[in-house]
Amino acid sequence: MTTTTAPRRRRLDRVRWWTYLLLGVATVACLFPLYWMFIVATTDTATATRMPPEVVPGGNFLHLAGLVVDTVPFVQSLLNSLVVATAIGIGQAVLCALAGFAFAKLRFPGRNTLFLVVVLTMTVPTQLSVIPQYLIMSELGWVDTLQALIVPGLASAFGIFWMRQHISATISDELVQAARIDGASTGQVFWRIAFPIVRPAAFVLGLFGFVTAWNDFLWPFIVLKSPERYTAQIAIKALQNSYDVDLGLAMSGSFLATVPLVVLFVLAGRRMVAGILEGAFKG
Amino acid sequence: MTATLSPASRAAPPPPRTKKIAGVGERLSAYAYIAPFFVIFGVFGLFPFAFTFYVALFDWNPIGDQVFIGFDNFTRMFGDPRFWNAAGNTVSIWALSTVPQLLLALVLAHVLNHARLRFALFFRMSVLVPYVTSVAATAIVFVQLFDRDYGLLNWLLGLVGVEPVDFVQSTWGSHLLIATMVTWRWFGYTTLLYLASLQSVPRSVFEAAAIDGAGPWQRFRHISVPSLRPVIIFTVVTSTIGGLQIFTEPLLIATGAPLTCGAVRQCQTLTLFLYEQGFGQFEFGYGSAVGVALFVMVVAIAALNYLLSTRIKAD
Repeated sequence: MTTTTAPRRRRLDRVRWWTYLLLGVATVACLFPLYWMFIVATTDTATATRMPPEVVPGGNFLHLAGLVVDTVPFVQSLLNSLVVATAIGIGQAVLCALAGFAFAKLRFPGRNTLFLVVVLTMTVPTQLSVIPQYLIMSELGWVDTLQALIVPGLASAFGIFWMRQHISATISDELVQAARIDGASTGQVFWRIAFPIVRPAAFVLGLFGFVTAWNDFLWPFIVLKSPERYTAQIAIKALQNSYDVDLGLAMSGSFLATVPLVVLFVLAGRRMVAGILEGAFKG
Repeated sequence: MTATLSPASRAAPPPPRTKKIAGVGERLSAYAYIAPFFVIFGVFGLFPFAFTFYVALFDWNPIGDQVFIGFDNFTRMFGDPRFWNAAGNTVSIWALSTVPQLLLALVLAHVLNHARLRFALFFRMSVLVPYVTSVAATAIVFVQLFDRDYGLLNWLLGLVGVEPVDFVQSTWGSHLLIATMVTWRWFGYTTLLYLASLQSVPRSVFEAAAIDGAGPWQRFRHISVPSLRPVIIFTVVTSTIGGLQIFTEPLLIATGAPLTCGAVRQCQTLTLFLYEQGFGQFEFGYGSAVGVALFVMVVAIAALNYLLSTRIKAD
């Protein structure tokens, strides 16, 4: 019986050709717009508007990049984005690991209630209250500053949930107790034992925080006023307003603002995929 | 999953020795560790959220007076054709983006789950590329691709004899354009969420079905789809809440009249309408009323989701 099932099973289990066709089409659909961004960002207007279109990059990239920098302080914008996204990424990773550690391993009155509150806050659609948020920022005198983007971005209810799960799963109570018996304080238990173990999970969380902050648009668009404070996304919008200068201008800006993320994704995208695959829905 | 919340662990008291070692200091540091979240969320999340309801009751000019007018903003909103237009556009764009996105994600997650797939990591990473691309950059590229005169899509359509379509200026065209951007950005992420859920189905289930003669379609229809039900409902809810907040795409596609997304508001969404009233017209009160309306819609969707998922559990 085994002799008849084994070959049959292998045949039924093989990957069909159309699976690769389907995935190939999906891959092209995902990558083509970025490729096209690069094409238009490197050609002059006349070439970019010619039909049939050019499919190889032109040599106009430096000229366009120069125009971008002349039109808005784009290098400053990229730096602003880098500062905001890095601060939010690292801040979220550390703050959520701390809070996740407290909820997973420390005993204190109100722990379960407070954790429930954290979970519930995930359902509050904060983006709808941009008007009062703006009023608060102007009370604080934070309008047109980068901390108006960074500080609110540090709180992540999902991040606490995520870190708590990882800490519960990977660090045993015995380990924490053993460290305490050896005289370690709570802070030492966190920094010397818990954080090193869950650093990969905190890294993935920080990565998602970085990407989200880098790409955020609505809130920076509301709160940033002067071009020197723009993040890269707002600078793209400003470039679009000066469309008459060159058709490829906004495209070059988009390209310049996307390259850092593509590099990051090539380096660490594998971790992001793994992060989603082991996300909150599996357990 | 939530071991520390379960009654079992709550009932079991910690060994007395731990209690002695972990004393007041532990409690204090625990509160210190969770305090940053509660302070930040309280000041920049919860308080503005509650404050929205208050501001909505005023004729609130940020550089002038604040006059209490009761529910006048809401009365005005219900009689405002611009509000209903934005609501209609939002629903239309939501439907055009959610349905293809979820169907595509279902199919792709199913084929990505194949045990013997080669280059699996490459495909998984590729579909996540749109997610890391910013909405602003996405909008710039897609507007160019869909351009009436110089766009690749219209050039291709022209090859088969179709007259150039002015996507941005037409209602359906602009909705389609925005929905394409939203779908492009999110289908890969949704695919990976579905894949995560599919991976918890034992591989032997698929193998046994194959041995029993179930073809690819039957395995998709009778194993993958039913096991994904909870996560499908979850993604419908998140994509709906996300759909209500679509803002950047419509702002960036109609360069002539960005705040209304075109001269006749053909693609103005509710969040863009909120922005136009708040920061274009400086009607903070009226803008907040739109925010409250959006919140009511989010709650309604969450409630609908709850009803649906309890019914599915009962099945």
